[in-house]
Amino acid sequence: MAKKQKSRTAPPSRRRATPLRGRPSRAEAPLDQHRCMLFLEHEARLLDEAKFDDWLALFTADGWYWVPSESGQANPHHTVSLIYDDRRLLETRVRRLASPRMYSQEPRSRTSRVVANVTIEEAEGRAATVRSKFLMIEYRREQQRLFAGTAWHRLVQIDGAVRIAWKRVDLVNCDAPLDGITQPF
Amino acid sequence: MTEDFSRFFKPGCVHRQLYTDPAIFELEMARIFGTAWIYIGHESQVKKPGDYFATQIGRHPVVMTRDADGELRVIRNQCAHRGAMVVATEKGQADEFTCCYHGWTYHLDGRLKAVPLNHGYPTGFKVGDPKMAMQPVARVKSYRGFIFASEAAEGPDLEESLGHMTTSLDDMIDRAPDGEIEAAGGVFKHAYDGNWKVYFENLCDAAHPLFAHRSSIEAAQAQSDTVHSDGSGEIAIRQMRQNGAPYSFWESQVGIWTYPNGHSYLGDYHDDSKLVAALKDPVFRDYLNALEKKKGKKEAQRILEVRRWNSNIYPNVSLMSQFQQLRVVHPIAVNRTVVHTYSFRLKGAPEQMFKNTISFANIVNGTGSLVLTDDLEIYNRIDMGLSSQGAEWLQIGRGYQSDLPDQHGGRKGINSTSEVYIRNMLDAWQGYMSSGRAGAETARAAS
Repeated sequence: MAKKQKSRTAPPSRRRATPLRGRPSRAEAPLDQHRCMLFLEHEARLLDEAKFDDWLALFTADGWYWVPSESGQANPHHTVSLIYDDRRLLETRVRRLASPRMYSQEPRSRTSRVVANVTIEEAEGRAATVRSKFLMIEYRREQQRLFAGTAWHRLVQIDGAVRIAWKRVDLVNCDAPLDGITQPF
Repeated sequence: MTEDFSRFFKPGCVHRQLYTDPAIFELEMARIFGTAWIYIGHESQVKKPGDYFATQIGRHPVVMTRDADGELRVIRNQCAHRGAMVVATEKGQADEFTCCYHGWTYHLDGRLKAVPLNHGYPTGFKVGDPKMAMQPVARVKSYRGFIFASEAAEGPDLEESLGHMTTSLDDMIDRAPDGEIEAAGGVFKHAYDGNWKVYFENLCDAAHPLFAHRSSIEAAQAQSDTVHSDGSGEIAIRQMRQNGAPYSFWESQVGIWTYPNGHSYLGDYHDDSKLVAALKDPVFRDYLNALEKKKGKKEAQRILEVRRWNSNIYPNVSLMSQFQQLRVVHPIAVNRTVVHTYSFRLKGAPEQMFKNTISFANIVNGTGSLVLTDDLEIYNRIDMGLSSQGAEWLQIGRGYQSDLPDQHGGRKGINSTSEVYIRNMLDAWQGYMSSGRAGAETARAAS
């Protein structure tokens, strides 16, 4: 299983932790649309390549990740959520994704994501709230599923790197009967 | 289909066909879901006249409504004209129900109210004809706000059918300081490719968590508690760690009880102060104060000493009274099942307790839960395995020779990992399937 996971990672020459690291000269550059788009594409790639630790590292120390169960859900505390992970639970989720005992990932899923329609909804100083559309195909054990929706990222610049303060994913079918969800969107 | 269902059972064994044969599934829909008391919903889902909640009995669409007089009704969600489903949204508020096809309009209690072009129908056609209605389901009964319905005009009364399980429903309500609960916090709908029975067969399975859930147990055990949490992740991680109790604990400290008509409950296994209201935690202390104030110290103590994990009311609802959770099983096909899960707010309890209930729901019932996803995988794999010939007889014999009588007319396992609750459900299954009633004398399926 570990082998299989490895074969999906990119060749070493094309690997880099985040596209924004190692470019201190751009540290204070504004979070404009182009930069945000590059960041979201990078995030999607980490997830497609199952580099979940690297994905986790994109979040701030008190970052959270939320997939509501209702369209227009006001908050994650008074209504159940398909996923609502504060930083501590997100770490546990990512650690479990690496476990060979995660039977719901035996065999592993393969995913392919497309991110588009990126707009900056709010920007102040070194932070921005970014809206984007995504499509994600998940293939596992002879079945392919299609997920689609809107992602909201609160991006902040910390020490020259872009980080996710929170991410909300509104699935178009959030209130449908769904088979188990193991892949972060 | 032969009527001799006993051929699917041997002592401590059940034949795989019960879980894979579409013909058996059809009979189950008629003989179990078509006769038994089926949980519909909670009265708080239809608080005011005109509130409605659309659901299913087996595969039949029905609507729970509160009519203009405030009376609670369960009617078939079907137009008397050409049979179209009338109510198309899951819940809402309406003055009347109108079929989208020809505009037939119904009162909230299902009686036909008006028909456009009504002069064209055959002689004798009358809007007031009771046959021309969204038909009421034969029997509807509330147990303290939990609404059940039976499609059989005759049969045992709801309370008789629930038997000792009324104590689990009581426990859902008694925990509210104000003596009232309300369905709140939305719903999960999780689905799997497998038979509906395997869901119930897992809910009281104390032998599986340590193995099936070890990816989440180990991930939670390795988690640093110094990392930021807003409280919700903390509850989830504590719950996953509780699943990691050793086998010796699961065997000896939990307990499994079963009752006539297929019902059962597993004792609770929690000893974490953030999860168990009886233990010390600032939120629970406020709750305990509220409970004692309203109910008195002695009654509060009695309530908190009722400690149950899953209580299964056969054939379609399961409760976690201690954690304000309720799951409704909807069979879709022999190899497809959808489960709706609800949370409840305890009236008079601190608001933080409800937030904790939501966090708890996410980890035990969430579609993206770190725990439930492995259960769903098991249900899928059971179906994939059962579809092949070979292991024709499935083993349900753990504890088979050691079941003990229970003082309330049931049977309990000698220890908590006994499969007595599966044998007990299959006894009820055989009763319903052969005679249309659970608990018939002939029914001793696998036990």
